[in-house]
Formats: sequence, structure tokens, C-alpha cells
Amino acid sequence: MDLTIAALLTQDGITNGAIYALLALALVLVFTVTRIIWIPSGEFVAWGTLTLAGMQLGRVPGIVGLLVGMAVVAGAMEAWRCLRAGEARRLPQALALWCGVPLLVAALLWWLAPMNLPLPVQVVLTLVAVTTLGPLLYRVAYQPLAEASVLVLLIVSVALHFAMLGFGLWFFGAEGSRTPAFSTASFAVGAVSVSVQSLFVVGTSVALIGALALFFGRTLYGKALRATAVNRAGARLCGISPEFAGALTFSLGALLCAFCGVLIGPITTVYYDSGFLISLKGFVGAIIGGLSSYPLAAAGALLVGIIESFSSFWASAFKEVIVFTLIIPVLLWRSLTTHHHEDEE
Amino acid sequence: MTTLLDVRKLSVAYGKVEAIHDISIRVDEGSIVTVIGPNGAGKTTLLSAIIGMLPSRGDIVYCGARVGRLSVEQRVGAGLVLVPERRELFGSMKVAENLELGAFARLRHGDRDALRTLDSVYTRFPRLRERHAQEAGTLSGGERQMLALGRALMGKPRLLMLDEPSLGLAPLIVREIFAIVTALKASGVAILLVEQNARAALQVADYGYVLETGECVIEGRSSELAANPRVAATYLGQAAAGNATGI
Repeated sequence: MDLTIAALLTQDGITNGAIYALLALALVLVFTVTRIIWIPSGEFVAWGTLTLAGMQLGRVPGIVGLLVGMAVVAGAMEAWRCLRAGEARRLPQALALWCGVPLLVAALLWWLAPMNLPLPVQVVLTLVAVTTLGPLLYRVAYQPLAEASVLVLLIVSVALHFAMLGFGLWFFGAEGSRTPAFSTASFAVGAVSVSVQSLFVVGTSVALIGALALFFGRTLYGKALRATAVNRAGARLCGISPEFAGALTFSLGALLCAFCGVLIGPITTVYYDSGFLISLKGFVGAIIGGLSSYPLAAAGALLVGIIESFSSFWASAFKEVIVFTLIIPVLLWRSLTTHHHEDEE
Repeated sequence: MTTLLDVRKLSVAYGKVEAIHDISIRVDEGSIVTVIGPNGAGKTTLLSAIIGMLPSRGDIVYCGARVGRLSVEQRVGAGLVLVPERRELFGSMKVAENLELGAFARLRHGDRDALRTLDSVYTRFPRLRERHAQEAGTLSGGERQMLALGRALMGKPRLLMLDEPSLGLAPLIVREIFAIVTALKASGVAILLVEQNARAALQVADYGYVLETGECVIEGRSSELAANPRVAATYLGQAAAGNATGI
């Protein structure tokens, strides 16, 4: 292996790692605020790619069906809740939010998708559609169980993962898709050629991480999510409801996954079931960060990307094995260095 | 004086065990009412039920409306605010952020008065202004209690419920906390004060209830309670019954 190859592999690794970092951040965010290990995050990534790919082909993407289905279920659940609590006057507002908004997004997609709009517009539509599914999933599957233990929530996550795989196959079909690169240009830095596409991916990821940091550090809602993560009971006593925090967290998480899907589309062919493996790599990063530290999780994800890229050169058959084996020393190290706190204030 | 909080025949059960049974208490606007009693009498349970953290049977009427079906957040938004025994601060967040989040419901609805409230909280607790950029977890016990009080005040409470505000604090700080409670009453906030430090509580309160094993055994004006031989013997210490002056 000479320096050029090493540089290329590093570039590849950083590009993938930047995408995994977004996933890792989404997983840490969802876990700290809601205690949910968000296994179906990968499906959101795959649906992001498949939605964009569908629009590229001038088809109405399958996500429209998912949006309509989830909107109907969420709307019915909200109606039931409002009527049972004797709060019928809140019903129109709840229906507009949980049923109206997703149906509107679905209609927009159905109308605009076949128009062959420019790529940036399609990307925005994809992001909006996938993001809308996030809070819907929380409302339908997790909110009724919000007080359950981490283990129960994990089991629900596993079940949802399989259910969503099935729905993915149904709505998107079995064929894989790849989206065109945002740019095919490249330039040389010394002996190494750097692709603009890679720079674009890394730049987007860095910008998103920066935006997240600003959101959590400066805005009221960002602080409210941090507060919920730090002390759930305290947050409730300040008037921050767990439902609100959960829905907002899942919106953010889904947005990050949608970005992953859009960014990974030109790199690899994505099938309805490709998301799981991608999200597992985000998980390795998130676990390096102890499912609690954002910077460590992002750094861990970057490491995963680089190790993956080098191992695909040296032992491509064992690429995934090497990446997932990484988790064993990490868990050992974490269990030896961190002390478990039963109840923190 | 109008009634702000009227709790009627409230019962809370953990599984089959009833923690409090048929408790009725009333808090008038602008008054301090205290609930005293030994450990495990159900005082904290009572407050948790009133704020909505625990399911309960019976009626909770606040500002003339039944709030039993409202969520905790809705009750907080209506000015019913609890400072819990464990304080429940956001330890890894700054003091200023803790205070800001106390006004979450108001800020969310674009209430511009919140900034003025922050100023009044800083005036009431100068220590918090000094430490505003520090993480809440680094504060001392007394400062934490002040932050918990300040955070609750940011929500612009009409009824402030305090669960053992003196717990674990040095006597000097306890005196300071009770002085603040009295000052709050003067500013028009009604207070429901749960305390084990009965002497201090009865000194600041207008009315009091004694809770024992989940039931209300005695109630009355706090001066009457302080003079009641049974209360004096059990909660004030016999010798001190005659001259309950210093806190």
C-alpha cells in the first residue's frame, strides 16, 4: 500500500464516517431524551435514499403511502385520546397536527414528484417527507409506552424494525436504487485526487453538527430537550411534556437520518433493507460515545468509517466483521472506566 | 378571601396500599398553608397527587376548575408549581439555563414578561446572579434550594408548593429560606408548605394540617396548632412549646 492509496482510503473513510456521525448523533439524541434505542433509524436512512431515487425516476415515491397510513393511524389515536379525556374541543387542533400536516406533505409529494424538479428541490422534499415520519412513528409506537423500561422500549424497537422492513418492501419495492452524485468533479491536492462529492458530504455533515450545537446551546427548545435528557421529572415540573420532547426529538432524529439517506445515495446502492447495516455502524459510533456524549459519538463514527474503508482494502470479505468486532474492546474499556450511577441528580 | 386550591377527599394508592386517605385541604389566595407530620405520613404523596405526578381519587379544584384530568404540564402552565423535595435541577446545565427553563411554558407562548421575572428572581437571590454561568450541579445545598425556588418562580406561580424546603440545610440558610417564603406571600403568591421542621413552618403559616399515616388528624390556625398540646408534644418538643420563638 502506498501513500496515494492510503490517502484515498482515508478520504473514503472520512466521507462514510461523516455520514455515520450524523446517525450516531441521532441515536444519542433519541436515547438521551426518550431512553429509546432507536433501531429502526436505518429504515429512515433507506427511505430517504429510495424517496429521492423515486423522484429522480419521475415516480411518486412509496413514502406517500407510508405518510398517509401513519397519518390515519396517528389521527385515530389522537381522536381516541381526546374523546376519552373529555377534551373534544382540542380535537380539531390535534387532528390538524397529526393528520393534516402529514397528509399535506403526502399530497405535495404526490403532486410534485413526477415533475422532474431540479435536484435540490427534490432533496428538500425528501427531507421534509422523511422528517414528517419521525414524530408519527413516535406518536404511534412509542408514546403510549413512554413510561416503560429501556428494555421494553428496545423490544418495541426491534419489532418496529421488522415491521418497517416489511412496509419498506411493500411501498418501495425490492429493487435497489442509487442517486446521482451531486458533483462528479475532483481536484488534485499533491498526488491525491479529492472529489468534490466527498467534500460536499463532509461539509454538509459538519454544517449539520454545527447547527445542532447551536440548537442545543442557544434555543429554548434545544435547552428543553437537554433538560429532559438530564432530568425528566424536573423537566415535567417546568412544563416540558415528555410527549412534546419525544415528538421533537424524533423529528430531529428523522431529519438527520434523511440527510444520511440523501448523502449515502450516491455512494452505495440502497435497497429497502440496506438501512439496518448502515445504522449499526452509527450505533458502534454512538456506543463509543457511551450513548451520551455527542463529540465522542461523532468521533467514534468517524473512526468506524476509516476502519471500514481500510479493512475493505486489506480484507474486504471481513469488512463488516472487523467493524463490529471493534465494539468488543470499546465495551470492555467503557465497562472498566465508567462507574455506574444509580440515580444522578 | 377566595379559595385558590380546594382538595376534597383525596386518596392515593400505590397498588393496594393506600398512602393517603380522604384528605381535604384548602389554600386561600395569598395565604401560607402548611402540612406537617412525620416521615412517611404521605406529605410528599399529597403534593405529587396535586401536581399530577401520581394518579388519585377525589377532587382537586384549582382556581374554581377541576384539574384532576389535566397533565402535569397543563397544571404548571396554569400557575400550579411544585418545588420537589429532591429539587430535580438540571445538574449539567447552567444556572441561567435552569431559570430560563422554569419559564418554558411562558416563553413558548411568547410571554415577554419572563425577562422581568428573571430580573426579580436575581434580585431576590443575588447569589444566583453571581453564579449564573456555573453548572447547577456545582452549587451548594442552600444555593440549590434557591435555584429550585427561583426556577419555580420563573413559571409565575399563583400557588407554589414547597416540599421540605429546609431539608438538609444549615440553620442559617433555613432561616433565609423561610424569610423568602414570607416575602413571597407578601408578593401575592399562595404557598402550600410541606415540612418536617414544624416549628419553623407554623411560624410562617396562616393555617396548618397535621398528617399522620396518610390521614389528616388535626387542622387549625397555626397559632392554635402551636398551642395544641398534642402537636406541641409530638412536633415541637414539649419544652419548646411555651417559647417557640427562634427558628
